[in-house]
Amino acid sequence: MDVFLSQLFIGLSVASVLLLVALGLTFTFGQMNVINMAHGEFVMAGAYTVYVLQTSVFSASMATLAFGLALPLAFLVGGVLGLILEFTLIRRLHGRPLDTLLVTWGVSLILQQVARDIFGAPNVQVKAPPFLDGGITLAGVSMPYTRLFIIGLVVVALVAIWFYLSKLPAGRRMRAVVQNRDLASASGVRTPRVDRLTFFIGSGLAGVAGVAVTLLGSIGPTLGTNYIIDAFLVVIVGGLGQLRGAIIAAIALGVANAYLEYWTDASLAKAAVFGLIVVFLQFRPQGLVVTRRRGLA
Amino acid sequence: MARLGLTRLLAILVAAIVAAAAIAGCGSSSSESDAETSGSTASADAGGETIRVGILHSLSGTMAISEVTVRDSELLAIEEINRAGGVLGKQIEPVIEDGASDWPTFAEKAQKLISEDRVAATFGGWTSASRKAMLPVFESNRALLFYPVQYEGLEQSPYIFYSGATTNQQIIPGLEYLKEQGARSLFLVGSDYVFPRTANKEIKAWAEANDVEILGEEYTPLGHTEYGTLISKLQDARPDAVFNTLNGDSNVAFFKQLKGAGVTARDMPVMSVSVAEEEVAGIGPENVAGHPVAWNYYQTTDTPENRRFVEAFRARYGADRVTSDPMEAGYVQVHIWALAAEKAGSTDPEKVKEAARGLTFDAPEGRVRVDDVNQHLFKTARIGVVEPDGQIREVWASDGPIAPDPYLRTYDWAEGL
Amino acid sequence: MSTLAKLFPARSGRAAFLVRFTLAAATLLLVAPALLNDFRLGLLARYLCLAIIAVGIGLAWGQGGMLVLGQGLFFGLGGYAMGMHMKLEEAAAQNLDVPDFMSWSGVESLPALWKPFESAAFAIAACVLIPMVVAALLGTLIFRQRVRGAYFAILSQAMAAAFVIVLIGQQGLTGGTNGLTNFQSFFGLRLADPADKRTLYLFVVAIFLGVFLIARQLVRSRYGKVLIACRDAEDRVRFLGYDPTLVKVVAYSAAAGMAGLAGALYVPVVGIMSPALLGVVPSIEMVIWVALGGRTVLAWAAAGAIIVSWARTDLSERFPSGWLYAQGALFILVIAFAPKGLAGVSEALQERIKTLWKRRTRTPEPAQERELEVVA
Repeated sequence: MDVFLSQLFIGLSVASVLLLVALGLTFTFGQMNVINMAHGEFVMAGAYTVYVLQTSVFSASMATLAFGLALPLAFLVGGVLGLILEFTLIRRLHGRPLDTLLVTWGVSLILQQVARDIFGAPNVQVKAPPFLDGGITLAGVSMPYTRLFIIGLVVVALVAIWFYLSKLPAGRRMRAVVQNRDLASASGVRTPRVDRLTFFIGSGLAGVAGVAVTLLGSIGPTLGTNYIIDAFLVVIVGGLGQLRGAIIAAIALGVANAYLEYWTDASLAKAAVFGLIVVFLQFRPQGLVVTRRRGLA
Repeated sequence: MARLGLTRLLAILVAAIVAAAAIAGCGSSSSESDAETSGSTASADAGGETIRVGILHSLSGTMAISEVTVRDSELLAIEEINRAGGVLGKQIEPVIEDGASDWPTFAEKAQKLISEDRVAATFGGWTSASRKAMLPVFESNRALLFYPVQYEGLEQSPYIFYSGATTNQQIIPGLEYLKEQGARSLFLVGSDYVFPRTANKEIKAWAEANDVEILGEEYTPLGHTEYGTLISKLQDARPDAVFNTLNGDSNVAFFKQLKGAGVTARDMPVMSVSVAEEEVAGIGPENVAGHPVAWNYYQTTDTPENRRFVEAFRARYGADRVTSDPMEAGYVQVHIWALAAEKAGSTDPEKVKEAARGLTFDAPEGRVRVDDVNQHLFKTARIGVVEPDGQIREVWASDGPIAPDPYLRTYDWAEGL
Repeated sequence: MSTLAKLFPARSGRAAFLVRFTLAAATLLLVAPALLNDFRLGLLARYLCLAIIAVGIGLAWGQGGMLVLGQGLFFGLGGYAMGMHMKLEEAAAQNLDVPDFMSWSGVESLPALWKPFESAAFAIAACVLIPMVVAALLGTLIFRQRVRGAYFAILSQAMAAAFVIVLIGQQGLTGGTNGLTNFQSFFGLRLADPADKRTLYLFVVAIFLGVFLIARQLVRSRYGKVLIACRDAEDRVRFLGYDPTLVKVVAYSAAAGMAGLAGALYVPVVGIMSPALLGVVPSIEMVIWVALGGRTVLAWAAAGAIIVSWARTDLSERFPSGWLYAQGALFILVIAFAPKGLAGVSEALQERIKTLWKRRTRTPEPAQERELEVVA
């Protein structure tokens, strides 16, 4: 088997998961400068959405339908959770990003315990749709359908976001607020409403990511904590609020991880990637893609 | 001087009231569950004295997944004993503490149970790290700990009873089963912590003596979720079998992605020592079906005691719950302590230790006996295969209980470990 | 302390501080040992170790504006330095070549990294100096590039995470997930002996008070003024001719040294040092203590560490399964609604009492303009 190609594929599939979790963060962290530590718990909520649909709403034979329906529904679940969080807490913490971090961490503690009380501490099980069983082999690289599905999902999400941001008026307003909040506000954009929408979409994307990770990993109360730090690193390396940066960063981190792990082992690879990030930020402290702005701060 | 506005003060006041209410709510719910655990006999011990025992497991954090289930079965055993009249004519009162998946917390809570609650014995722990953290506490206080989980061996504390399997009751039978099935080469996969690393050291020594080739040894951090690279290393190495000491969540990711990569149990059986019924349910039986596991007990183990245990457990906690090896060990160890205390006529740790020597108990897994010296249990080794319905079917069992040998002194190849 | 503060309003300055400090020291040194049993006194010693970290965070974050989310790294460096020495001392006492956990991992001869820790002087120096040097290096690299705010927070968090992964991976060298445990003695004090544990407690109190005084002096010095200026307007400080990188590195490094010292004391007090104490979650908790107590007031930062740790122990004993709700709710409510933490609450209460008092004696003053809140 061609090691180079197969590791490249593995790297890309790692990147796709990272990017899926980080996409929501490019909205909430990147655009609103809100460090939402509960983002991981929104991912968890998305994963439990599939579980609830499969066990309580649909019968076992409809697992595929339940999985399909879970994608939009998890977007809603994540989004609504995000809205609640925005409305009750984050709105009050405007301009205090570090406090937001601590508060949302408290929220994530509570959400984990809520999940533990509702669904029990043990992991639960989600049935993958049967058509995702197996995979194809191309040029000596075996590609599981689940991996391809997640890569596809990321591409669809990216296209949708691009369309939203560049073609729809609401997306343009969002960009305006990001680029200059005061000016946008002065031009008649209702910034609080845009903030709420941004947060809704970002958290919704976390929910969708939750559905995707059920194909690969465990579904339990601590699911979110497994992904959150890596996702933040993707956003930081990519540059705040930069979709393009996040894509490149996710791919770079995923592929670097895959090759390093192949040569060494998983623990060392992870530590080495962290090290590389620290070094990288020496050269590009603002991340890969930087929007130049005037003024200080 | 910055001054907090009246509204903010009000908010703080409301917050304090909400917090107080939340605490009161938790309090009432926990006292309810306490009342439940002490069962119908709560009124009986109102006048008389009770014997306190500690239950110390992680109820929060990453290990809660596994440890909560052991707590449940230990409480079940305490209820059974209380219903039958208690120990030494007194009711047992469990004092439950949360280890919070954090080893120093285990040590702190163990100290608290011993010096403040004055418990007669403590049942607790899961990870080796939590046991190692508690060990000095129990030794310096001369108090008893009952530890319910299979572990890596190479330990024999005079104040710990080990009711899970040691290496020669689980891992070595697992290896020998694989060899018997024709496996000539192995690949070792484990989480990066003490149990897998020590177990793999022993496995490598065994392999050398048995002409089995070790094609690779890989560790992943706890909570790792990406197994693509590891699986491609497995596919490159093409071992006859994989020996898996992954822990917790990682098993779910590993087996899901292994199946996704098209590797079946027929191509490459994965022998697991930390995957029991509870974990199978989380992984999804269809993802792990056909792979072998090594334990001392399965829910399907065919003994009258087990039928009673499973029935009682389901009646208490719900028909959808499964029982597993560590849960059974938790249940057994409470009974063993009670028997020993009864026999000693006292709950004094030294007397209980003395009385426990050679004690036998008809456990759900069959008859177990406490070793005279090392305070481990004689246990029957059982290899099982995961079925698509999530149960584990026994395919091989040792002839009767195996004597515990934590330092592998009876094995020539293990010299120098 | 709030009642004391009432008795001695802030304007009496140095004298008031001396009175408060003496009272706090007397409480810790005399009252607590008289009232608490051995177990609770041991817990208090642990909280005081954590309070030392909190003083450091109060310095770096409260005064310097650097949200240090990875103090676990420095706490661990100090703790492991001391733990290694104690392990070696024991191995020597038992005539073993290597500490017990190494022989489990198949390490036969002492690794070179451990050799210097045989010397007590080296170990004591190392548990403060190694964290300081590491922090100075990392800090110089990071601050020179003007990485700050959220970037710095997440970066420092990633460093703690990486450190933990390395510690766990090198089992033969560090004890892996188990960490270093099963200590018997600390420079002649037997850790199982209650009388020796009390001596250890007094020792911890003395160091805590000493660290607190040093930190306070640092904040009140001219350097402290520049540090606060860096927090509030880094660019203006640069334009004035100061080098903000250097100013921030000093505070960061001092905070790291305090965390290292705390780690070194934690090992004999608790008897364990493991990666579980150093990762992302414990590191965030350290910051939470300070946020809860009041980030800009050193004494309240330390008090926050003690109060939160005490509440955690107490709540988890009473409600083993429900205490996470209480803990989470506490964090959210205090940080969201009382940004100055308990320090702010206490101050507001004093103000209120004062105005009520004044209202009774004479007509109210015109409302004062609200001071700008500190934006970290």
